[in-house]
Order: sequence, then structure tokens, then C-alpha cells
Amino acid sequence: MHIHVNGKALEVAAPTLGALLRELDYDDGAIATALNQNFVRKTDRSKTPLKEGDAVEILVPRQGG
Amino acid sequence: MGVADMGADSLELYGVELSSRLLAGTAQYPSPAILSRAIAAAKAEVVTVSLRRESGGSRAGEHFWSLIRELGVRVLPNTAGCRSVKEAVTTAEMAREVFDTPWIKLEVIGEEDSLQPDVFGLVEAASILTREGFQVFPYTTEDLVAAEKLIGAGCEVLMPWGSPIGSGRGLNNPYALKSLRAHFPSVPLIIDAGIGAPSHAAAAMEMGFDAVLSNTAIAKAGDPVRMARAFALAVEAGRIGYRADLMQARDMAAPSTPVIGRAFGDLARA
Repeated sequence: MHIHVNGKALEVAAPTLGALLRELDYDDGAIATALNQNFVRKTDRSKTPLKEGDAVEILVPRQGG
Repeated sequence: MGVADMGADSLELYGVELSSRLLAGTAQYPSPAILSRAIAAAKAEVVTVSLRRESGGSRAGEHFWSLIRELGVRVLPNTAGCRSVKEAVTTAEMAREVFDTPWIKLEVIGEEDSLQPDVFGLVEAASILTREGFQVFPYTTEDLVAAEKLIGAGCEVLMPWGSPIGSGRGLNNPYALKSLRAHFPSVPLIIDAGIGAPSHAAAAMEMGFDAVLSNTAIAKAGDPVRMARAFALAVEAGRIGYRADLMQARDMAAPSTPVIGRAFGDLARA
């Protein structure tokens, strides 16, 4: 399945957002997720299915002004 | 002598009482160690943070978040760089989960060169986020009508710009900023963006603004830790000066030394 993760095209096997995070080696710490510009809560990731062409954002804490 | 010695003068933001009126950004510091020391020197109790993309396995975000938590300060996440209401709202929702706070510094940028806030999008996003339970700190201009609408949308704090983000130009429009202060005497107003020097921060505080947020001016200084200290002193001095009630400026000179009793005063001038 071809999707975009943080703007990059990727081919992934993960059927859900939760599985995708494990496939891409994100730990379960301080990250936030969105699917097609909609926020996905941590508790909803494992039940959020992915489909061809989806755009996933995975964000982490960073410096800010 | 500190402000505490001058009578109670705490700042209240959404029910949170703060003793420091200098908020600090966390970006662009030469190193994490200098960031930590600068925040301590600034005596800031609130720091701004953001969310950004990171590759899996990098853990830079986790390290940064650990550093901030060790500082023991309150975080104000931002939606920096968002160009639409949708982007800003989604980023705010993501930030609330990660940083575990209802506070959000709401930025909806409308113009690339000046990074000027899109006040129309800002009002719309603020309204949505307030309904979702956020406590919104909108980064706005000095526009009175936009400010009125933001307050109507549920904002209890406003963050007007001094000048464009990162420009260091100070208070570009003092007349409008004074009008804003006079128009909303009881709304906490924090000058955000464009502050380049401690004197700019002091000027904002002397005008009666409630606090100043500074990032680039401290982080990009030759000695950020020393500059953080300078900003802390400037904000405190400006605040005390405001509370002491500044004299009115005049167009003409007025002698400060008594005129009566001046020697030779009875001699005609040649």
C-alpha cells in the first residue's frame, strides 16, 4: 500500500495507524498523529485503518517561539 | 529590590498566577545546555514549544521534551507556521495530547514576507478551539476590531505583535499598541514577536502591557544567558516604571533645579 508519511511517499504493510508506528520504529512516547489532516488520538490509533493514498503526519515536541 | 518588594503584582493567565512577566521561546539556541541556562536566567515560568516532523528512531523530540520537563516550567505550545484554520486546529489538538495542556498559542499566518497573522482565520480557529475546551493565546496584530472579535470568540488573553516575527524591530506601531492597551484595560496583553532588545521589552512594559514573549533576541544574542538576564531586568524595570506612573512628556524644557535662589539671578543679562 502506498501512503505518504510526513510528506514522503512510502510503501507499507501496516493495516492500521498503530501498526504503522511500530513498522516505522516510533516508540509509544511523546508523539502525536494525524490522518488526512484530522487528529487521531493515541487511544484510536490501533483501530484507525489505513488505505491507499492516505497522508499521515507523525509529530514530536520541538523547540518553538 | 524585586517586584515582590514593591507590592503584590502577579500576572494571571487563564486562572494561572505567575510572578514572571517574561515568557521565553525555546528555538534557535546554540545548544540545549545554553537553552536551559538562558531560561533560568530569564526567570521565565512559561516557555513556548512546537510540534514538528521527525524520523522514526531519532528520539530528538523525546530528548527535547525531557529537557523542558526538567526545567519545571509551564509550556505554551504553538501552531507556528500554520497557514489555514484546519492546519491550526489539527496542530492544536495534537499539541494538547502531547503536552497535556489546554493552553495553545494560536498562529494562523496570512502573509509570507511579514508572517502577518491572518486575523480572519485566527478568529475562526479561536472560536473552534474555545468550543473544544482550549485556552487560546492568539498571536494577532494591533487591530482593535480583530482583538474585539477574538475576545468574543472566547480568548481571555491576546498576544499582539510588536513587529514581524524575528525582525527585532521592536514596537513598530506604538500609537496603535497604546490604543489597544487603553481599549482593553483588563485583558492580559502580551507583546509577542519583533522584540529585538531589552529596551524594546522595557518600552512595552512601560506602556502597560502585561508581559513580553521573547525568543530570537535572546537565543541569537552573542551571549544568550547574559541577554536573558538583561531581558528579565528590563521587563521588571519597565513594569515597576509603569506602576510608578510615568511623568507626562512635554514639548518645552522645564528646569529641574529650583529657579528661586539662583545666584546672579538679579543681574540683567548682557
